[in-house]
Amino acid sequence: MGRYVIRRLLQMIPVVIGTTFIIYTMVWALPGDPFAGKCGDRACPPAYISMMTAEYNLDEPLLVQYGLYMVDLMQGNFGETFRGTEIVNELLQRYPTTVQLAVIAIVFELVIGIAAGVVAGLRRGGFIDNLVLVSTLVVVSIPVFVIGLVAQIVVGVQLGWLPVTYDGTVYSLILPGFVLGSLSLAYVARLMRTNLVENLRSDYVRTATAKGMPQKRVIGVHTLRNSLIPVVTFIGADFGNLLGGAIVTEGIFNIPGVGNMIFRGIRDREGATVTAAVTILVLVFLLVNLFVDLLYAALDPRIRYE
Amino acid sequence: MNSGSTESNPRGAGLGGEVAAPGGTAVAEEDAAPATNGDPGPEKARSLAGDAWRDLRRNPVFLISSGIVLVLIVMAAFPSLFTNADPRYCNLQFSRQAPGDGSLLGYDLQGCDIYARTVYGARASILVGVFATVVVCVVGSLIGMFAGFYGRWVDALLSRFTDIFFAIPLLLGAIIVLATFPSGQGTAEWVTIAKVVLALGVLGWTSVTRIMRSTVIQVKQADYVQAARALGGGTRRILMRHVLPNAMAPVIVYATITLGVFIGVEATLSFLGIGLQPPVISWGIAINSAQDYVRQSPHMLLIPSAFLSVTVLAFIMLGDAVRDAFDPKLR
Amino acid sequence: MATTEPSAAPRPPDAGAAPLLEVDDLHVEFRTRDGVAKAVNGVSYTLSEGETLAVLGESGSGKSVTAQAIMGILDTPPGYVTGGAVRFRGQDLLQLPEEERRAYRGRSVAMIFQDALSSLNPVFPVGWQIAEMFRVHEGLSKKDARARTVDLMDQVRIPAARERVNDYPHQFSGGMRQRIMIAMSIALDPDVLIADEPTTALDVTVQAQIMNLLADLQRERNMGMILITHDLGVVADVADTIEVMYSGRIMEQASVHDIYGAPAHPYTEGLLRSIPRVDLKGQELSAIKGLPPNLSRIPEGCEFRPRCPYAQQICHDTRPPLLEIAPGRFSACHFAQEVLEGDFDNAEQ
Repeated sequence: MGRYVIRRLLQMIPVVIGTTFIIYTMVWALPGDPFAGKCGDRACPPAYISMMTAEYNLDEPLLVQYGLYMVDLMQGNFGETFRGTEIVNELLQRYPTTVQLAVIAIVFELVIGIAAGVVAGLRRGGFIDNLVLVSTLVVVSIPVFVIGLVAQIVVGVQLGWLPVTYDGTVYSLILPGFVLGSLSLAYVARLMRTNLVENLRSDYVRTATAKGMPQKRVIGVHTLRNSLIPVVTFIGADFGNLLGGAIVTEGIFNIPGVGNMIFRGIRDREGATVTAAVTILVLVFLLVNLFVDLLYAALDPRIRYE
Repeated sequence: MNSGSTESNPRGAGLGGEVAAPGGTAVAEEDAAPATNGDPGPEKARSLAGDAWRDLRRNPVFLISSGIVLVLIVMAAFPSLFTNADPRYCNLQFSRQAPGDGSLLGYDLQGCDIYARTVYGARASILVGVFATVVVCVVGSLIGMFAGFYGRWVDALLSRFTDIFFAIPLLLGAIIVLATFPSGQGTAEWVTIAKVVLALGVLGWTSVTRIMRSTVIQVKQADYVQAARALGGGTRRILMRHVLPNAMAPVIVYATITLGVFIGVEATLSFLGIGLQPPVISWGIAINSAQDYVRQSPHMLLIPSAFLSVTVLAFIMLGDAVRDAFDPKLR
Repeated sequence: MATTEPSAAPRPPDAGAAPLLEVDDLHVEFRTRDGVAKAVNGVSYTLSEGETLAVLGESGSGKSVTAQAIMGILDTPPGYVTGGAVRFRGQDLLQLPEEERRAYRGRSVAMIFQDALSSLNPVFPVGWQIAEMFRVHEGLSKKDARARTVDLMDQVRIPAARERVNDYPHQFSGGMRQRIMIAMSIALDPDVLIADEPTTALDVTVQAQIMNLLADLQRERNMGMILITHDLGVVADVADTIEVMYSGRIMEQASVHDIYGAPAHPYTEGLLRSIPRVDLKGQELSAIKGLPPNLSRIPEGCEFRPRCPYAQQICHDTRPPLLEIAPGRFSACHFAQEVLEGDFDNAEQ
């Protein structure tokens, strides 16, 4: 296990360096005016240009620029918006809300997604199975912003079940969290169903039955754990989509998180804010993936001893 | 080979192995047991494709989804076949009028005919989807073939390169690209579309590379390819004759589903205000401009949303159907 | 969940008189979209204590499906038992409700599968999987179950059992994995052990070790054993009785000695001829021509007719029943006597 963790950490390093380098190059070093669209509809004020040029060392060669940028990143210095607020302060202030939202979304994904997948898989070909298959397909094909807008109107306004805007409470994050998790929820349900159906036919489940294990134990112990492993990896790989969805969801429900900062940044054409915040999200995604990989190894002994 | 005949009967896969595998004599059974780790020759690929096609023609999901896709393509190419109204003729007098009264689906905020704008909006979505998919397939295939065929350090280098791009989530990466190259009202229509294609293409190619690379490596080890190389078969010939037919099915399946995903992402980007920009007519832009009036005029939101969802659904179902036909075990 | 109350040993009323295991006119079919495949068509046999019964046949002959039906682990759907009985000491297992039937599995009738790697759960340690038998069936504590498990692993000759009890299946060699399967199956001292091609996936040297282990365990515990195989070499050493299956039916049934001495069915004859033999070195090996029939379209008359070198008109018209042709010998062939006496030998080249 220890060696696996170290190997995964080492493999992370070039990926982190590579992704940040690519993003940095795209944002600041490609030919063309790096300040186009970074200060709203007008051109950037000269003071801001000179400040950012100094901040990002834009006069230096690319590799030096990038190196200094990485040093800054590690020290938590992400530059300023053109209005003069420190991006890092805004991020620090906003990220707890986004974390809450993401956790709610993932809880929905896991609880409802897995439950629906298990029920469908156990009664393959039955009414619930078909219901799950069709409804998940529909959810997958409707973009999250449409789901968000419709949920806001129907659940929030017309039915009045849940608050439509953020008021600082976790309660008001339930509807946005569900919207954010809906797409992944559909995928989790389908994945869980497929795994379960496949594992129920597997040799080791047949062995468990032949051993005289009660049906409950055959499914609950021998089938479920094996079926959950791919779901865990999926949630890790899908976390990037969740973060993308958070931008849309926080925008629609006006939740003051990191996604909303990006949403506003795009509207106001504050390129520096957008790119800095998105870079952070990419890094978070990489970290979550590392964590999920380790979880995967904990769940599947075959990985651990590779 | 026994495995060949088993696969040619996809329905048999659900049975217990004993019934499905038509073993020969006691001796032949030994051959049937171990899974063949890939010498899917062109011979088999062809018969598999034939079986898949026969399966597809009987599959209602395939027929419906390909029918929808066909209609969408015609709509994108010849929108005037579907509507007489001019999508760019707008009259503020009709602003947000509900369906009826001479207009099939009502008017939007600017007083433009929603049906006409939705029909014309298909073009941008389909163009972005198709071009981004083509870019992804071409770039991804080339890199994957290089990595798989030359192996060693070329492979190591290209694979790490692929890992890096793979680690950037599609929507986040596209936002960065488009924030760096912003389009405005003044940008030419095709430039705006090209930027979105580029943003999706830059990040989307990694999966195709992985599919292609593993196919090449698999095929390269097959005996008949070793034989072809020993006989002096050229690289290009081997790639064309042996690798492409084998990689075709998974790439096509991936491409179909991805086309749907790309259309969805494009709409999301346009909704965020960073993808396609007016004057381009697109579903995402329409939904964006409808969002502030959802309560009063839901038709402005629902109509383009419905078109968008049906389009995405059609491509995903089409890809699903094709995959099931080629790989019955996945179902 | 682990502490299910210990299931009492099932004890049917007339346990003394009835045979240990009796399969009576068993029918199994698979219902698929492409039609109905009749996998087992009226198979009957009996097994007594300490007896080893070998079931011989190609893939698709229904030998494994029969075993799965006995165990009650058929995949349903698509597999269905459509007729017959499986009596364990007189109690028809097929008539029992699932919960009562479960008590027989593992405790009275246990099974070993061909591919131990896929048949063991990859995410649990092997010791845990063996101990599960004691914990669920007998309600033993973790500690006691573990002690019994280590003991069992010793009995099936796994070296350093105490250290390896927490290892996972993929950390063992093929032979060791099969020993773990065996340990698991004999954990509760079953009366009947079904071994479905237990050595097919193993190296030749390991095959012999596993067969010896099985033979030893069977002798020590006086179990009845059903050995399913397509390998005639394995059968000769350990089996008492042989059933030859083809197309879901028994073609020939006799003692090992009789069958190897002189087969009474052309199919058995063909199988025997296809074994390489040292004394016939240099001669061409003969294989049985053709393929087994498609189980959804079994031909009229004798199932083996299309591949039989001796087929006559009667084979086309009438399906030969399984008849006793000599004391303790059964054959389903219109010309059993002729085959037995070698009268056809001049008929073929």
